Amino acid sequence: MKKELRLMKGNEALAEAAIRAGCDGYFGYPITPQSEVLEYLSKEAYKRTGMIVLQAESEVASINMVYGAAGTGKKIIISSSSPGISLMQEGISYIACAELPCLIVNVMRGGPGLGTIQPSQGDYFQAVKGGGHGDYKLIVLAPSTVQEMVDFVPLSFELAFKYRNPVMILADGALGQMMEKVELFEPIPRKTNIEEWATVGKPKNRERNIITSLHIEPDKMEEINRKLQAKYREIEKNEVRYEMINCDDADVIIVAFGLVARISSKAAELARPKGLKVGVFRPITLYPFPYDKLNELADNVKGMLVTEMNAGQMLEDVKLAVNGKTEVNFYGRMGGVVPSPEEILTQLEEKFSGELV
Amino acid sequence: MTDNKLHEEKHFEEMIAEENICVEENLVYDRPKTLIDIPMHYCPGCGHGVAHRLIAEVIDELGIQDKTIGVAPVGCSVFAYNYLDIDMTEAAHGRASAVATGIKRMLPDKYVFSYQGDGDLAAIGTGETIHTCNRGENILIVFINNGIYGMTGGQMAPTTLVGMKSTTSPEGRIPEMMGNPLKITELIAQLPGVYYCARVAVNTPNNVRKAKKAILKGFQYQDHKKGLSFVEVVSNCPSNWKMTPVEANKWLEENMLPYYPLGELKVPENQGGK
Repeated sequence: MKKELRLMKGNEALAEAAIRAGCDGYFGYPITPQSEVLEYLSKEAYKRTGMIVLQAESEVASINMVYGAAGTGKKIIISSSSPGISLMQEGISYIACAELPCLIVNVMRGGPGLGTIQPSQGDYFQAVKGGGHGDYKLIVLAPSTVQEMVDFVPLSFELAFKYRNPVMILADGALGQMMEKVELFEPIPRKTNIEEWATVGKPKNRERNIITSLHIEPDKMEEINRKLQAKYREIEKNEVRYEMINCDDADVIIVAFGLVARISSKAAELARPKGLKVGVFRPITLYPFPYDKLNELADNVKGMLVTEMNAGQMLEDVKLAVNGKTEVNFYGRMGGVVPSPEEILTQLEEKFSGELV
Repeated sequence: MTDNKLHEEKHFEEMIAEENICVEENLVYDRPKTLIDIPMHYCPGCGHGVAHRLIAEVIDELGIQDKTIGVAPVGCSVFAYNYLDIDMTEAAHGRASAVATGIKRMLPDKYVFSYQGDGDLAAIGTGETIHTCNRGENILIVFINNGIYGMTGGQMAPTTLVGMKSTTSPEGRIPEMMGNPLKITELIAQLPGVYYCARVAVNTPNNVRKAKKAILKGFQYQDHKKGLSFVEVVSNCPSNWKMTPVEANKWLEENMLPYYPLGELKVPENQGGK
């Protein structure tokens, strides 16, 4: 089959992927830098596949529309950016507890507060540690290219339905706004099967389906929690994804996700001629986090440098992973500032040159 | 006692024996099929039980049990799904109409309703309520207004009357300090997306009958696909009003209904509909 190649903005590519993935519904609210998702879908989705696109009155309403719609067993997507995602946290917690599949996209911008519309990775903690109240986990995928903004959409739905769990694509403002060549996959027809747990109207031959996160008896609530935790252990066992670039002979490994991993690859490339053997380790699933692989790598390196567009959030997971086996340094830019490869190279030289000579 | 009298008495005893009364031909009132046969958690005299029953009766009469999805709120009726034998979703506080929107948009040919109290619908969920109504989602919103927060123990609601005591208006609601009771149904009725809007009550048999008619319309009108149906049910809260059920229904009549007058605020006929 002929490949369909296009030059697309990250946000638009993701929206196109949603249509092609056979999405049934999108509920959103405009916020920079991800409004193109809503705009693109408003223009394209309904006329092409009958996919419902609804601009809600707020992020709070939109995530609750997702809760209702996902409960019917359909493929539902929602997107926003940092402050909007903060508003959704209560709803996300409900969705996670009620075990509803859906895809939540966060095109991160700088914070805290109203912050800036420039790219950031400041919502790592919120995405991977829970965000809302209670013990729950999202499966979190971090794309680093516009191509992955496309590819992770069908993957997200596959994981969401496999585990009946919300999945988050954690991108950033630069990935949302930049244009790159993408290869688009063949459209997947919309779902026709009815999930056995979905609220679609109770036929005579089954008990009523109830979607709820309310279990007032502590024993019952603990049982639900145990069930969720067992599912998360299963996800941790099966779904860890990462990419390693020139890690085999590396003395130093940069650990970075998303866009920063690409910038870090350039820095690693610049370091090699200077005699620094640097590799890049890129977690693709931020939850489940590749703890074991990083721990293994820690045996063979002289140190690691975590680079992020935040004040050091994934840093904590890297430290947990290596568990003191090797030195872990950090370099971060905040508030919407994107680090350059040269900056990261300087950090490598300052932190590791002495030790490696 | 004469033989005759003894005979009469025996005959009377037979007449009132349970096995002679509880026979099919005497049955005029039964539990609707859609109402699950378990004890409700509601307090004695609470209007929720009546309102639940009306919904169940309507679902039975329309034969739409397999096509109905309900949305329960946060509040006393958070467990509504325990009593209705239909698919249901329990929403976050105030968001029931957004959840119902999501369901209805995915299943436009099914019957969808939300069941919400005054705190849920008219305080924390006001934004969702107004916008769901204004978008004209083809759903039914059943709004139970008893002027108080029941589940959390009797705090002031957006609909608490002026002068009415609650745990957070211990001297009675003072408008200068606490704002005014919100007639949200009057606001809703003005919205173009609203197809049918009524205020009913469940304090007397006659009002219960009218309430059922309004709820019935709210389900039937979903077939028209012309907008939202909104039914406010003025109800009571004997426990938090600190009254007996009888006193509460009398108090409702004398105090709630003058401020929240009953009737149909908007009917399809007035909009050229049918």
